[in-house]
Amino acid sequence: MASVRVLVGTRKGAFVLSADGARASWNVAGPFFEGWEIYHVKASPVNPERIYASQSSGWFGQIIQRSDDGGATWAPVGNEFTYDGVPGTHQWYDGTPHPWEFARVWHLEPSLRDPDTVFAGVEDAALFKSLDGGENWSELSGLRGHGSGPLWQPGAGGMCLHTIVESPRDPDRLFVAISAAGAFRTDDAGVSWKPINRGLRSGGIPDEDAEVGHCVHRIALHPSNPDVLYMQKHWDVMRSLDAGESWHEVSGDLPTDFGFVIDVHAHEPETVYVVPITSDSVHFPPEGKLRVYRSRTGGNEWEPLSRGLPQSHCYVDVLRDAMAVDSLDECGVYFGTTGGQVYASRDAGDSWEAIVHDLPAVLSVEVQTLA
Amino acid sequence: MIRVVLPAHLSLLIGRHGELTLIVDEPVTQRRLLDSLEEAYPVLRGTIRDRVTHQRRPFIRFFACEEDLSHDSPDSVLPEPVIRGDEQFFVVGAMAGG
Repeated sequence: MASVRVLVGTRKGAFVLSADGARASWNVAGPFFEGWEIYHVKASPVNPERIYASQSSGWFGQIIQRSDDGGATWAPVGNEFTYDGVPGTHQWYDGTPHPWEFARVWHLEPSLRDPDTVFAGVEDAALFKSLDGGENWSELSGLRGHGSGPLWQPGAGGMCLHTIVESPRDPDRLFVAISAAGAFRTDDAGVSWKPINRGLRSGGIPDEDAEVGHCVHRIALHPSNPDVLYMQKHWDVMRSLDAGESWHEVSGDLPTDFGFVIDVHAHEPETVYVVPITSDSVHFPPEGKLRVYRSRTGGNEWEPLSRGLPQSHCYVDVLRDAMAVDSLDECGVYFGTTGGQVYASRDAGDSWEAIVHDLPAVLSVEVQTLA
Repeated sequence: MIRVVLPAHLSLLIGRHGELTLIVDEPVTQRRLLDSLEEAYPVLRGTIRDRVTHQRRPFIRFFACEEDLSHDSPDSVLPEPVIRGDEQFFVVGAMAGG
């Protein structure tokens, strides 16, 4: 029987939640790395027993952990992230040049094709790659070096490369997103990059439709159609039909189009999920009601999904890496909150239940569907 | 034998709680102590001081003999009671919060 494993990164450790295919009863393992911030935990799609975790601390720096037994045991691997060459400068909050400084790994993206290959998105924004299971890391410096790097500026959470999406069709194509620089694409395995932000409009920058400078929060795609991208931007939910060459807004009838997460149903490429958050200054759901919104039409027409979610006095946030889907026949949808809940839906979002209530603030949620 | 106490986060990281003991070549300096510590526990590289510059991380402190040694030169000799093993050398995560 199939089973699922939910990998949860929190402010104070990692947790592994597991259940059989019924998804009715959950085993909670953890905390792993207690007291450390776990920005992201993600498993190799090629070898599901191999899981990578980003463990960091403002005091003690960055550690990368790896498990080769499905999260039961862990061992530290390489934590040397050195920018290629002379790092140069980017824009600081006040517009002055600021040297590139490594702070932490926000996102780990194990390759779709090789269990030893894994990408790391870091703050200050850069993309690193390991070919040996995380032991050694080298920067794909064509991203920072393509020309616009000196113009990038941090968002409120820092200047982080937080989203890495590998094309399931083309092994040389990667999409990344950076706050607050925008989205970028490579078609030659990371050697050269180009901004893919045409159609984005951001009120918070001097030139609303600039080539770079947009605070992209998350990008998602469906494997069956990797040219169709969905984006939750700072404000606005966007869609691209041409692999990011152009974007159009699909916020439609959402109550607010600010938010962090976006994800796509495992079996329905046009079914998309977001969690609207009130605004950039009010990071909790509108009216204190936690609602996931689902579009079955690739955006524009959205329905609120609230059954089982708190509908009063709820003031949590759902951060950018904190939503995922499983690929069981009835698609499961999962998200975590800054209040420490992880909610699961066994019916594609129609109803929800908290599978854990009181974890530390959740930073990331990933799901494995195991045979 | 030098006696070293790590903060809880780093003890967890190396999987060993309580006091550590290290053999450090003379003259026993902060730099040599940290070199020995990192050689014994390579996972600590980068967690106490920068991997390349060996600068102490901003929120790390070194205490011994009721003194803050954080701002001492890494090449100054550690206090005699630490070298004799009478006193512990503490690596501390700086107090923060509110």
